[in-house]
Amino acid sequence: MTMSAVHPAPTPPGEDAAAELRDVHIGFRSGRHVTPVVRGVTLRLLPGRVLALVGESGSGKSLTSLALIGLLPPGAEITSGSVVLGGDDTAGFTARQWREARGSRVAMVFQDPMAALNPGFAVGRQIAEPFRRRLGASRRDARERAVALMREVGIADAETRYGDHPHEFSGGMRQRAVIAMALALGPSVLLADEPTTALDVTVQAQILRLLARRQQEAGLATLLVSHDLGVVARMAHEVAVMYAGRIVEQGPLDAVYTRPAHPYTLGLLRAMPDGKEEGGRLTPIAGLPPDPRRPPGGCAFHPRCPFATDVCRTEDPPLAGSGGRSVACHHADEVRAAHSGPDSAAHGAPQSGPHSAAHSTEEDR
Amino acid sequence: MSAIAAAPPQAAAEPRRRRLPARAWIGLAVVGLFVLAALLGPVLMPYDPVATDLPHRLLPPGSRLGDGSVAWLGTDQVGRDMLTTLLAGSRVSLLVGAATVLAGGAVGLVAGLVSGYFGGWADAVLSRVGDVQLAFPSILLAILIAGVLGPSVTNVVITLAVTRWVVFARVVRASALATRDLEFVDSARVLGAGHLRILVRHVLPSCWQPLLVAATVQIGLVMVAEASLSFLGLGIPPDQASWGATVAAGRDYLGSAWWISTMPAIALAAVVTGVGLVGDAFRDLADPRAQL
Amino acid sequence: MGRFLLRRAGQAVLVAWGAVTLVFVVVRVVPGDPATLILGPDASADQLASVRADFGLDKPLWQQYLTHMGEVLHGDFGDSWRLGGGAMSATLDRFPATLELAALALVITLAAGFPLGMLCARRPGRILDALVSAGSLVGQALPSFWLGIVLILLFARQLHWLPSTAGGGPEAVILPSVTLALPFVGWLARLVRNGALEEIGKDYVRTARAKGTGEGAVLYVHVARNIALPVVTVLGLLMGNFIANAVIVEVVFSWPGLGSLMVDAITNRDYAVVEAAIVTITVCYIALNLVVDVLCVALDPRLTPQNA
Repeated sequence: MTMSAVHPAPTPPGEDAAAELRDVHIGFRSGRHVTPVVRGVTLRLLPGRVLALVGESGSGKSLTSLALIGLLPPGAEITSGSVVLGGDDTAGFTARQWREARGSRVAMVFQDPMAALNPGFAVGRQIAEPFRRRLGASRRDARERAVALMREVGIADAETRYGDHPHEFSGGMRQRAVIAMALALGPSVLLADEPTTALDVTVQAQILRLLARRQQEAGLATLLVSHDLGVVARMAHEVAVMYAGRIVEQGPLDAVYTRPAHPYTLGLLRAMPDGKEEGGRLTPIAGLPPDPRRPPGGCAFHPRCPFATDVCRTEDPPLAGSGGRSVACHHADEVRAAHSGPDSAAHGAPQSGPHSAAHSTEEDR
Repeated sequence: MSAIAAAPPQAAAEPRRRRLPARAWIGLAVVGLFVLAALLGPVLMPYDPVATDLPHRLLPPGSRLGDGSVAWLGTDQVGRDMLTTLLAGSRVSLLVGAATVLAGGAVGLVAGLVSGYFGGWADAVLSRVGDVQLAFPSILLAILIAGVLGPSVTNVVITLAVTRWVVFARVVRASALATRDLEFVDSARVLGAGHLRILVRHVLPSCWQPLLVAATVQIGLVMVAEASLSFLGLGIPPDQASWGATVAAGRDYLGSAWWISTMPAIALAAVVTGVGLVGDAFRDLADPRAQL
Repeated sequence: MGRFLLRRAGQAVLVAWGAVTLVFVVVRVVPGDPATLILGPDASADQLASVRADFGLDKPLWQQYLTHMGEVLHGDFGDSWRLGGGAMSATLDRFPATLELAALALVITLAAGFPLGMLCARRPGRILDALVSAGSLVGQALPSFWLGIVLILLFARQLHWLPSTAGGGPEAVILPSVTLALPFVGWLARLVRNGALEEIGKDYVRTARAKGTGEGAVLYVHVARNIALPVVTVLGLLMGNFIANAVIVEVVFSWPGLGSLMVDAITNRDYAVVEAAIVTITVCYIALNLVVDVLCVALDPRLTPQNA
C-alpha cells in the first residue's frame, strides 16, 4: 500500500501554499495582559518544499509551528493575523474542524519521541489509532495498515514489534514510530519540531534521511523547526531565521548560508561547528535573548549586536527584500560585506544539500 | 516549548496563593468558635446529664420552654436543651482530640526520634511494629481496645493514642533521618556534642513542622473516631455528653425529632472540615509543592 | 517479578502474624482475668479454677500464646460462649454479607468518582470542580454513622423508596453501601482529577491530539490508561477500608455482617468471636494490599516480564 492510497486529495499544484501564516501574532494571556511572544510572522509552506524555521529556544519558533496545527498550549492565543490551511482560514474553525484537519491535512513530528508516545499502549496500536478512529477501519484492517506503515518508516520486524510498548523501542525506532503516526492519514503539511534533537548523533542522520525521503515521495509541504543549522542544511530548501518572535531573515538555503544579511544569522553560522576548524573554534553569540515581558526598544537584537548604532535602539527595522530574499536589519549591507571576507568559504556553506540527503534512502533501511 | 516556560507559571501561581488564605481563615474561624464554645459553653450553660424535663421533650428548634427561655436547637428525648448538650459535647470532643494528639504525638515523637536518629535494631523493631499496626484498619483496633478497656474518657484517649502514634512516629522518623546526616550535625558531632544535645538542638527543630501538620490532620480524624466509638457505646460513658452518643440516642426519634441526631453531626462535620482546611493550609505552607 | 511478589507475600504473612499476636496481647493480657469476665464477679474459686483449666488459662502466658497460635493456624479461635459453636464458623457465616456491602460500595465509588474526576479535569476551576473539591473535604469529615441515619430518614422513612434494614429484600444493600461509598466518591474524584490533569500536560496527549484524536478519546482512552494504575492501587486500599468501615455502617443498618457481629461480641465480651472477626478482616486487608501489588506489576507495561 502506498501513501497516496490513503491520501484524501492530491496536493495542489503550482505555487499555491499548502499552509500559510499571515502576519500572525501569538501572546500569552494572563488576565487582561498579553505578553507577545510571536510578533507578526508570515510564512508560506509549499508542496514538496521544506522550509526551515531557525532560532534559539525562546524565539517563538515552536509556538509558530503549533499554531499551524491548532495546538497552542493553554494560555497562548493568536492575537492577530491568520493561519490558512489549504486555502481555508482556520480562524473560523470549530474544534471539530480542527480535529478533522489534524492528521489528514497537517501532521506533526515532535522532539522527544519517548514523551510523545503514550507509555500505556503498544506502539503499533498508537500508529493504528488514526485508522481506527478517523477512518473507521476494522481492527484487523487498521493493524495491517499500521504494520505496513511501520515497514515503510524502517521499523524492522514490524509484525512482531506491533505489540511492543514504547519503552521496548530504541530512541530512533520510537521517532520512526512517531513519524509513521504523523504520516498515517497522508497529510499535505508536515510540521517537524526539532525532530532529531533528542536522538543520538548516529541516529539523527538516519531519521533525517527518512524524513527527507518521505517528504519528497509524498510531496509534503514541510516546516522544519530547529536550532541546529547542520540539520537544516541537510533538509531545507528555504530558511527563515527567527529572533524574539520575529522573522529577521528569510531566503533560499544557499543564499542565507553563504550570504547572511542579518547579524543574528551571521552569529548563528559562526557558532556552527563545521568540522573544518581544528579544536572547534566556535563563536557563540554573546548575551541572552530578551525577556518577552520586557522587550528592548528598537531592534530586539540590538543589545547583542556588534553592528548596532543609535537607529537600532529606537527603530525596529521592517522585514524587507525582493526575490524571495528578505532581511530585517538597518545594517544588512554591512553584514553582507563583513561575511564576504576570505573566511567565508570555510563558514556557513552547507556540506550536503537537501537532495543528497533525500536520495540516500536505501542505506536508511 | 521552552519559549513559554518563563511567563505562565508565575501568572498561574499568583491567584492561587492569594486565594488560599481565605479558605484557611474560614477554617480557623470555625475552629476558633469551636474552641471558644468548648471552653466557655459549659460554664455559661451547665450541662446536667441526669436532668429530665419530660413535658418539654422533643421540642423543635426555636421552641419556648416553661421557664421562658428559648431552646434554639430544640430539646431531646428527655427534655434537655440541645444547645447545652452540644456545648458539653464540644468540650469532650476537644478534650479527647487534644489529649490524644498530645499523647500520641509525644509517644510518636520519642519513637520517631529514636528510630530515625539511632537507627539499628530499635528502628527495625519500631518500624515492624508500625507496619503491623498500620496493617490493621485503625477503627478495628480502636473498637477492640476501647471494648476491652471499657467506656471512659481516659480509655478513649488511650485507645486513640495507641492507634495514632505510628503516624506521628513515621513523620518524625523521616525528618530525623533527613537531618541526621546533614553537614552541620556531623560537625556538631565532631566537636564532641552528645547525642542528647544533637537531638535537642539540631534534630528536634526540624521535626516540629511536619509534626504540627500531622497533628492538625489527626485531630480531625480523632474527633470522628471518638464520635464513632461513642456512637457504638464504646467511648464516652453515658453520664457525659458526647456528640457521637447524642447522634445514637436520636436514632430512635428520627421520624419525630430529626434535630437530635442532626445537630451534633453537623457540628462535628463543621469542626472537622474546619480543621481540615487549617491542616491543608499548614501543609501548603510547609511544602508549597504539595498543593494541587 | 516473581521474587518481588514472593518477598511481598512473605511480608504479608509476617504482618498477619504480628496482627494475630497484637490481638492476643490486647484480648488476653489487658482486660485482667478472663475467667472472672466469663463467669462474673460472683463466681466461686472452684468455678474460676475449672474455667481456667478449660481454657488453658492456668498455664504460663507464653504457653497459652503458643497453643493459641497453633490453633489459629488451623482456623480455630475457640468457641463463642454466647453463640455456642465455633467463633470462626460464626465469623465466616457473616463474612459474605460484609463482602457484598464493601464490593457494592467499591463499585459505586468507582462508577461515580472516576467519571466525576474526569469531568473536573476537563474543566478545572469551574463550578463542578469546586463542588467536588468541597464535597471531598466535607465527605471526609461527615461521620458515616450520621450519613447512614440521614439516608434512612430520607429514602426509607420519608420517600419509602428503599428498605433500611437487611430484612427488606435484596435492595436492602443499597443504602448501607451508598453510606460507605459516599464519603469516598469526592475523594476518588479528586485523585482522578489531579492524576488526569498531570497526564494532560504530558507530550503524548499533544501527540494524540495532533493525530486528530477527539478530546473524549484523549481523556477516556489515552489519559485514562495512564491513571488506571494509581486508581487500581487505591481501589484495593478502598476495599480494605470499606470492609473495616463497614463495622459502623452495619450497626446503623442492622446489617448481618462481620462488623455488627464484632460489635455485639465486644459489648458482650465474647472475645473468641472478636478475635476471629478482627483477624479475618485484617487478613483480608493484608491480602488486598498484596493483590494490589500484583495488579500493579501486571498493569504496568514497563514491568513486563522481559524487563523486570
